[in-house]
Amino acid sequence: MNAPRSTTRNTTRYRIDNVSHTFPGTDVQALTDVSIDIEPGSFISLIGPSGCGKSTLLNALAGLLEPSHGQILINGASVDGPPDGVGIMFQKATLLPWRTTIENILLPIEIRDGAKAARQHTAEAEAIISTVGLSGFENAYPGELSGGMAQRAAICRMLITEPDVLLLDEPFGALDELTRERMDLELQSIAISRNATVVLVTHSIPEAVFLSDTVYAMSARPGRISEVITIDLPRPRDMESLNHPDFGKFVGRVRTALNEGHGVNDD
Amino acid sequence: MTDTGLVTLKTSKTSSNPVVRTLMSISRWFNGLPQVIAVSTVILTVLLGWELIVRLSGIPSIILPSPSMVGAQLLIVFAQLAPGEFLAQELWITIQEILIGFGIACVVGLVVGLWIGQTQFGKKAVMPLFVALEATPKIAFAPVFIAWFGFGITSKYLLAAFMSVFPVIIGVSAGLQATSVDELKLFKSMRAKPWDIFWKLKMRRALPFIFAGLKIAIVAALTGAVAAEFIGGGIGFGEQIRLAANRLALDRVFALIFILSLLGIFLFSTVAWIQNKVTFWDNPNMRSSNKRKMKSLSVGR
Repeated sequence: MNAPRSTTRNTTRYRIDNVSHTFPGTDVQALTDVSIDIEPGSFISLIGPSGCGKSTLLNALAGLLEPSHGQILINGASVDGPPDGVGIMFQKATLLPWRTTIENILLPIEIRDGAKAARQHTAEAEAIISTVGLSGFENAYPGELSGGMAQRAAICRMLITEPDVLLLDEPFGALDELTRERMDLELQSIAISRNATVVLVTHSIPEAVFLSDTVYAMSARPGRISEVITIDLPRPRDMESLNHPDFGKFVGRVRTALNEGHGVNDD
Repeated sequence: MTDTGLVTLKTSKTSSNPVVRTLMSISRWFNGLPQVIAVSTVILTVLLGWELIVRLSGIPSIILPSPSMVGAQLLIVFAQLAPGEFLAQELWITIQEILIGFGIACVVGLVVGLWIGQTQFGKKAVMPLFVALEATPKIAFAPVFIAWFGFGITSKYLLAAFMSVFPVIIGVSAGLQATSVDELKLFKSMRAKPWDIFWKLKMRRALPFIFAGLKIAIVAALTGAVAAEFIGGGIGFGEQIRLAANRLALDRVFALIFILSLLGIFLFSTVAWIQNKVTFWDNPNMRSSNKRKMKSLSVGR
């Protein structure tokens, strides 16, 4: 790792072993022979056109979908359901509108250990809330939050169980460009400070390059990894990194990989 | 507001005719009226037109009573509605029929709605039956209920329950489908137990749909109770309307109907009020007013 990491040990080692998936009742190959060994504490991105299976792969990592062939391994053990120590986030914040922000953030604790345990984690929740700049909105309802604030709350909910692995399905895809850039910076600092492994599904090439140690370019029909691009820009990266000559070079390489994998006549 | 602005902007450009322009400015003046005044204007105009038609045409009051005659009857009816008076007792009977019927509809509707919404069998086998029943005019079953359950209060509240159970069933079963895929994924990723998914997610998501059903149901229960009273039994407010109509006292009929519609509005508003308290998060007005509050708060920070 070239990034300065915290001293927290992250021992969760994810391995995607020869995974293929066909949705029941169809013969569409959503994924074909995907193998990735994810280094603990590394940041990887899955990028590709619609139908390349990147979200299917993320669902498999989250234990929400059992691949028809191959397996997902955590520290050598096969995943057969949502694993411990994994946080998940979607394009929509998916906050429950009848709960206040802090009640939403404490939901994973409440589901796991009950309402009493959730109340006892209030201080932790408030601490996380302040790191993403949401202090003062603990008791606001999701309907009162802007899109960016709602995604910040979703980040807090993901972090409250202190997961080693963060699975992000286009988390900032619905936000405006400026908010998105700011959220990317925050995501990077969260990943670094917690030494978390991050798997990011995204449509944005600059976002993938900016955040990742490794970008997996995928192509559709059948869904597969077409190219692996290692991004060795120094960390922590900031807005200046966007002007780094290598940044443009990496963006170009990912774009070329996607175009080749995509085929000229494809949509 | 912006909409009207745009429309007038567009039309004022195209109209060079002075008559059209005058009409436009009159319509703009009406559009600008506060809602209370606008509603009162329409009601007063209708009543005044009605009064004039009755007086000028000489239609007998047994066919169409004038609003002033109905108003006079209303005073009598109000006096008879005083606590302990006979009309108050009849109204109380009808209210009991409505509330018992509505209560039965809530319980049965919840159970059947859960069955349809939560099981494949219910969805496949029971739902089509209820859709078919929903399309039949349920009021036609009124004589059946009298025949089965007699002339007492039972047949009345059972018909009220029968009339109002369908919207509850449909509200519950449709509401249980309102949960999004991401919400289910979120709960599953937290390894939520089926009961938690049901109680902390699906039922909450169903609430706005359930209340939409309950608001239709409470009015349907009123219709069912009064209809059953019409058909037979000699009790309740419906019977009073039937008696007045039999002796062609249409002014009294109108006055009694007015009381019934007040009851309907009251019952409906009560359910709507509870809905606003329970599903406050689903109320767009409350949300935006809070949003404004939040905005000033965040500026202050």
